[in-house]
Amino acid sequence: MPDETHVAIASATDIVTARQKGRALAIEMGFESVEATLIAAAISEVSRNIVEYANRGEIILRASRNGARHGLCVVARDEGPGIPDVAQALQYGYSTRRGFGVGLPGAKLLMDEFDIISKVGKGTTITMRKWLD
Amino acid sequence: MENSAGLLRELVAHLRQNRTQLREEWVRRIREAKLLTKMTDEEIFSEATSVYDNYVAVLETGSVEALQAYARDLSERIIPRGVETHEVLGIVLLLRDVLARSLFKKYQGDFELLSRVFDAYEPAANRIANTVGVSFVDQRERVIRQQQQAILELSTPVLQVRERLLILPIIGVIDTHRARQLTQQLLLGIRNNRAKVVVVDITGVPAIDSAVANHLVQTVEASRLMGASVIITGLSSEIAQTLVTIGVDLSKMNAVGDLQGGIEEAERLLGYRAAPAEETKAQAQQA
Amino acid sequence: MRVPILKQYDYLVASIQSVLSDEDLLLLRDDLTERVGQYRSKGVIIDVTVLDLVDSFATRTLRAIAHMLKLRGAETVIVGIQPEVAFAMVQLGLTLEGVGTALDLEEGLAYLKQPLKGNLRHAR
Repeated sequence: MPDETHVAIASATDIVTARQKGRALAIEMGFESVEATLIAAAISEVSRNIVEYANRGEIILRASRNGARHGLCVVARDEGPGIPDVAQALQYGYSTRRGFGVGLPGAKLLMDEFDIISKVGKGTTITMRKWLD
Repeated sequence: MENSAGLLRELVAHLRQNRTQLREEWVRRIREAKLLTKMTDEEIFSEATSVYDNYVAVLETGSVEALQAYARDLSERIIPRGVETHEVLGIVLLLRDVLARSLFKKYQGDFELLSRVFDAYEPAANRIANTVGVSFVDQRERVIRQQQQAILELSTPVLQVRERLLILPIIGVIDTHRARQLTQQLLLGIRNNRAKVVVVDITGVPAIDSAVANHLVQTVEASRLMGASVIITGLSSEIAQTLVTIGVDLSKMNAVGDLQGGIEEAERLLGYRAAPAEETKAQAQQA
Repeated sequence: MRVPILKQYDYLVASIQSVLSDEDLLLLRDDLTERVGQYRSKGVIIDVTVLDLVDSFATRTLRAIAHMLKLRGAETVIVGIQPEVAFAMVQLGLTLEGVGTALDLEEGLAYLKQPLKGNLRHAR
C-alpha cells in the first residue's frame, strides 16, 4: 500500500474516483465491506463539498496509527471560500431539501474522528479518521 | 570436519532410529507434567506420533510450512476440546527436551562435537516451538472469534414465519454495537427472505438509550429503502418516552401493542387477512 | 454512460449498469422525463442494484426525478437498494421521502400495479 494517495478534485467525476479509491484502500486495510461503504460515503460527501463550494481541491488518503490501532485517514483540502460558521455547518442536519452538501454532519457521523479547520477567504481542511476494530 | 547440514542429517537419522523409544518417553513426560488431561491416551499417542514425525521432518528439511499446516490442523481439533496454549507449548518444549537429552547421551563422549550438535539442533528446535505456539494462538483466536460471532448470530435471530414476513424478537439489553449488528442482520434478512413486512418485537428490552433509539429509527428507515415496512411491538412506555425525547414522531412509527397484534397487522398488510375497515365496507355493500 | 431504459407495457425500467457520475444521473433524469412523455408511461422503475453507494447528490436527484415524473403522471419506484447501501444512507440521514421503494424488479412492478390503497405504499 502506498504511503499516501492523492486524488485531485476538480469535477463531479473525481468524486467517484476519490470514493472508489477510498473504498479499495479501506478493504485492503482490513475494514469490513460495510465499514468501507461508510468510509466511501464520507469521502463522497466531503469531495462533493469541495466541488460545490471550492471548485477545486484534493483528497489525501493515508494509513493512520495510534499506538496499536490502525486506521484510515482522509484529508479533504481546498482553497475555496471557507466556511464562516463551522458549528452551524455541522448542524444543518439531514435536510436534503436545503440543497447544500449535507455532507458535513453526515460525514462526521460516519467517521470516528472529524476535524475542520476553515478560514474565510483562505480555504478548508477536513481531517477524518476511521479505526479498525 | 562435518558441516552443520551434515550434522543435522545425522541427528535426524538418530531421532528416526530411536523413534519408538523417544516417543514413548515423551508421552510419559507429558502425562507426568499433567498436560493434555482432556485427551485420552490413544489420542495423545496418535497425536504424539504425528508431531514427532513432523518435528523430525522439519529438522531435516528446514521447511516450516508443513509444520504450520499440521499445527493449524491440530489446533482446530484440540481447541474445542479445551486444550490450552500453555499445554501445547509445554508438550513441544518437552519434546525438544527429550530429543536434546537423547542427543546428549549419544555425543557426550566428544565435547566439541556435542557443542556443534547443539549449535545445529537448538535454533531449529526453537523455531519449531515458535511455529507451533504461534499457529495455535492464531487458530485459537480465530475459533474464539467464530464462536463469538455464532453466539451473536444466535442471539439476534431473524425468523421467517410466513412468506414475506419476518419477525425479529429482541431480548435483553442492547448496546450500540449490538444494535448495529441487528440492523445489518435484519437488512440482510429482508433481502434473503424477500420480506415485505418485518415485526420487530422489543417486549424483552427493558430500556434503551438515545443512541440505540436512533438505531431503531434508522432500522425502520433502512428497511423502507429496501421496500419493507416495519411494525414495532412491545413498545414500553419508557422506551416510547426515550423515542419522543430524541424527537421521533411516534405517530409515524407503526407501533402495535403486542407481538400477536403485530403479526396480525402484518398479515393484514400482506393481504393475508382483510382489514377491519374493508370488512365493514364489504358488509355494507352486501346489505 | 447512458442508462438503458426499457419499456414494459405501461412502465419504463431504467437499469443502472455501473457506477454513475453526477452527469449520468442528470442525463437519466432528462431521458426519463422525455420517454415518460413520449410513451405516456404510468410508472417508472429505477434499478440501483449495482450501486455500492447512493450519496446525497444521487438521493436528491432521484427525488427530483420522482417529482418531475409525477408531474407527468408517472409514479416512480426505486428498487435494488442493497443492505449496506441502505445502512449507509440512513447513517448519512438520506431518505428517499416521497419516492416509492421496493426490493427488486418484481416487487417494483407489483408496487406500481397495485391500486392506491395506502397499505403497503411507502411514499409519504
